[in-house]
Amino acid sequence: MSTTSKVVPSPEGFKASDDSNPNFRSVSSLSNGVMRTIEPVGPAFMAFARRKRLGRTFSEDERIQQQSKAKKVEEDDDGEISEPEDPLMLARDPKDWRGQDHYAVLGLSKYRWRATDEQIKRAHRKKVLKHHPDKKAAAGEDDADGFFKCIQKAHETLTDPARRRQFDSVDEAADVLPPSKKDIQKPGAFYKKWRPVFESEGRFSNKQPVPRLGDDNSTKEDVERFYDFFYNFDSWRSFEYLDEDVPDDNADRDHKRHIERKNNNARRKRKTEDTARLRKLVDDALGYDERIARFRKQEKANKNKKRDAQEAAAKAEAEAKAKAKEEEEKRKAEEDAKAKVDKEQGKKAKEAAKNAAKKNKRAVRSSVKDVNYFTAGEPSPSDIDNCLNDVDKVIAGIDVDELAALVSQLEVAGKDGGAVKKVFSDKTSEMVGAGKLKDSELKYFKLS
Amino acid sequence: MSNESNGAGAPEHYAIGISFGNSYSSIAHISQEGKVEVIANEEGDRQIPSILSYVEGEEYHGTQAKAQLVRNSKNTIAFFKDYVGKSYDKIDPTPCQNSAHPTEKDGQVVFRVQDKEGDEPSNVSVSEITTRHIRRLRNSAADYTGKNITSAVVTVPTDTSSEQKAALSKAAKDANIEILQFIHEPIATVLAYDTRIPESVRDRVIVVADFGGTRSDAAVVSCTGGGLYSILATTHDYDLGGKDLDQVLIDHFAKEFEKKHKSDPRKNDRSLAKLKLESEAVKKALSQSAQATCSVESLADGADFRSTVNRTRFQLLSVKAFQKFTRIIEEVIKKADLDVLDIDEVILSGGTSHVPKIAENVQALFPQTTKVLAPATTTASLNPSELSARGAAIQASMIQEFDKEDIEQSTHEMVTVTPHTQNPIGVQVTGQAKDSFTVVIPANTAVPARKTKTIDAPEGDVLLQVSEGDREIKVTKPESKPKTNGTKDDEDEDDSDEDEDDEEDEIREKVYKVKKQLAEFQFTGLKKGTKLEVTVNIDSDLGVQITARENKGPGGIRGTLAAPKPTENGST
Ligand SMILES: Nc1ncnc2c1ncn2[C@@H]1O[C@H](COP(=O)(O)OP(=O)(O)O)[C@@H](O)[C@H]1O
Repeated sequence: MSTTSKVVPSPEGFKASDDSNPNFRSVSSLSNGVMRTIEPVGPAFMAFARRKRLGRTFSEDERIQQQSKAKKVEEDDDGEISEPEDPLMLARDPKDWRGQDHYAVLGLSKYRWRATDEQIKRAHRKKVLKHHPDKKAAAGEDDADGFFKCIQKAHETLTDPARRRQFDSVDEAADVLPPSKKDIQKPGAFYKKWRPVFESEGRFSNKQPVPRLGDDNSTKEDVERFYDFFYNFDSWRSFEYLDEDVPDDNADRDHKRHIERKNNNARRKRKTEDTARLRKLVDDALGYDERIARFRKQEKANKNKKRDAQEAAAKAEAEAKAKAKEEEEKRKAEEDAKAKVDKEQGKKAKEAAKNAAKKNKRAVRSSVKDVNYFTAGEPSPSDIDNCLNDVDKVIAGIDVDELAALVSQLEVAGKDGGAVKKVFSDKTSEMVGAGKLKDSELKYFKLS
Repeated sequence: MSNESNGAGAPEHYAIGISFGNSYSSIAHISQEGKVEVIANEEGDRQIPSILSYVEGEEYHGTQAKAQLVRNSKNTIAFFKDYVGKSYDKIDPTPCQNSAHPTEKDGQVVFRVQDKEGDEPSNVSVSEITTRHIRRLRNSAADYTGKNITSAVVTVPTDTSSEQKAALSKAAKDANIEILQFIHEPIATVLAYDTRIPESVRDRVIVVADFGGTRSDAAVVSCTGGGLYSILATTHDYDLGGKDLDQVLIDHFAKEFEKKHKSDPRKNDRSLAKLKLESEAVKKALSQSAQATCSVESLADGADFRSTVNRTRFQLLSVKAFQKFTRIIEEVIKKADLDVLDIDEVILSGGTSHVPKIAENVQALFPQTTKVLAPATTTASLNPSELSARGAAIQASMIQEFDKEDIEQSTHEMVTVTPHTQNPIGVQVTGQAKDSFTVVIPANTAVPARKTKTIDAPEGDVLLQVSEGDREIKVTKPESKPKTNGTKDDEDEDDSDEDEDDEEDEIREKVYKVKKQLAEFQFTGLKKGTKLEVTVNIDSDLGVQITARENKGPGGIRGTLAAPKPTENGST
């Protein structure tokens, strides 16, 4: 959460609910009220009643109706704590209070360890009123207070938290036995039959609340937490309630100690057995719990799915790689081909250029021949040599483009010796100017 | 007796308040100066034992009758109030073990006593004995006030059935007293305090604990609207009271006696009765002084008994019993779905509330800010034995002029059953932390209701939010003190103490979370130091009008919220 959400914001962007009241916005109505009774007492009530009555009269019907709406603050003397009393129980000897079912004595067999302090208090009250020895004596019954003493003993035991735990520890009537294999064959029966078992076992847990068995829709985490809890069960269950009576202090001390030791050993032994029993019970439940198998299957399926996915990914990757390679090759081939074509074309062009150059060179050379090497009569071989030497020097000093330009100038000059000479002289003077040729090297087209 | 106040000799009407307890009764009226006065009977008692005794046809009442428990227990009727209006199979005869036993006659509860001269005992019904008791109370009141007492307001525990009320009405009528109204004991108790200083009737949540002789009750009462009381929860322990403390002393003294004389005075009815009376006297004395002496002539086997006990010893012996008293307070708070932090005030009533240690234990349950009204915790307290009667007298003086029909109309459920708010309504302004919530109208307020709260606003543009809140208890564990190796060993030794300390050390506080926003107000350009006054008015149909204004200035912003749609049964 951001810090701004922890304080009330400013009215920025405030929207009124109604234009006529621009600074007010109603968001919602008040929650419904709880109907309660105002005590008709005191001066403030007098004023309240005056305001509310205003000459109205109220019928009995309205009264009853209105009262039924009011929230109850007094509990009725509930029938929930009423169960038939077993005549054998009523005849119990209070001296054997350890052997009595304290919950049954108070009429709380249905509730047992679940009974609240309030329920115990009220149940006790009810039984006291019913079985009070004074009432029995008044009715002329003998042995008036036998069962009354049982009631008091039950109350004493169940209202002392430590003693109640001791009794609850050995309250077999509250135990729920694990179902048999047959019991849980119907769909859903596993939960129905095992849930009460674990609820009953959970009563001994120091850690509360105890996780629940859950159902088909429970998550794997919940189920695991549940079994973890019961495998690491922290139990307050103890077995001193089953102790053999230790003789009074006037009995011989050795004997007393012997009994005490025996009791301690018995407690320990029972505790160990109980731990083992619970372990086995949880083992059994786990064994029958279909969710475990399902989770495993799911997990396996998940694993497979993962593997499949991995493989698919690998495959896809390989395919992609192959494709890339193919494309790369194709591209390269194309490139090569193109290069080859380019090269060939280049060669041809070069050759063409070469040919053109040859042709141009020939044209340049023949141009001087056509004008008779600038001589009037038959040219002497030295004239021809000198002239051609200079022409060759020009050709060697220029590139193909200049050569082509030169050729076209010479074509224009035609067979006019003077014009041809001028073309050459211009060219040589240009070349000398550019440092491509030395004037001294020339014989014929000398500048000077 | 002539009456001077009226001048004329016409038989006037005068109503008193009666608190009719299982062990003691009290009567009160409003004096001419307008003060509540608890009436003393001929013997000077303001706590009159609810006991009648018959000796050779003569009737004894109150303290004199109580003294008869020793010599004439079979003809002494005590602890009969709880039987009024109940059938025999619903009563607990235990308290009557040392007096006339209740028996059954045609389904009715009767006492077989020799109440007339002669040999034949007669069956006196509970109704009849109640009539005789009320008649004696009425006579005492008439003697004291010089008025013709015609009617009364009577206090009853909150769990009193209509059958019980009808039976009480009939018994009173037979004593020429018309019961104008029954009022609940915890409400009478609150009223006794509230009308003493009317300006102090603050809206608050009160626990009223009534620690009596044979039973103890507790109620959570919400006081809103300047003195409208609603009971949020109640709890009862029908087997807890001063008798348990008497028993502690009886056992203590009996053992002392046995050590010396090798006989248990509890085994003999008469010895037990003597010891019981004396133990109660010792117990009361220990509420006043640090030690008290038990002195019984010829307690058993002709031997006198004398023993001194100090308060500390008594408190040690009573630890278990004391715990039960505080437990019912915790229980009732839990039942009301509240926390000790929600309780503004605790009123201890009933005779047993005189015991200093009980009041101190109760105070220890609550934060210092919770006022516990009992003699041991504040000098401003009234006598806890008288609260109920005082409240009844106040109510009696208020309604005695009305005729019965008028009273019935006003106490009709059509009037008394009314919606109460479910959640606290409060405000917050811009810049305030979201969990700082100023409550304007607390939860459980009876409607219609109207309240105003003023809060500080920040400077500038301000948003004022009105919401329903959700009260939560925030528990902060103290930062654990750094543990040094040196102290580790000791800590291991007293592990249990450690836990207790931890519990005490943690800080518990009330915080409010916004549960449902109701409305918003906008203020622009507020000056520094502006105060906003918010008034929330709730109609009887739960429609709301809210006004918010600056510095008590004129006008202000007004807005309304429509009433919620009622649900099936009128509640949530
Ligand atoms: N000063 C006192 N100290 C201790 N206990 C007292 C004192 N005064 C009265 N009590 C005890 O209070 C009980 C009676 O309380 P009360 O409210 O009158 O009871 P009830 O509602 O049963 O009539 C008796 O047990 C009595 O001994």
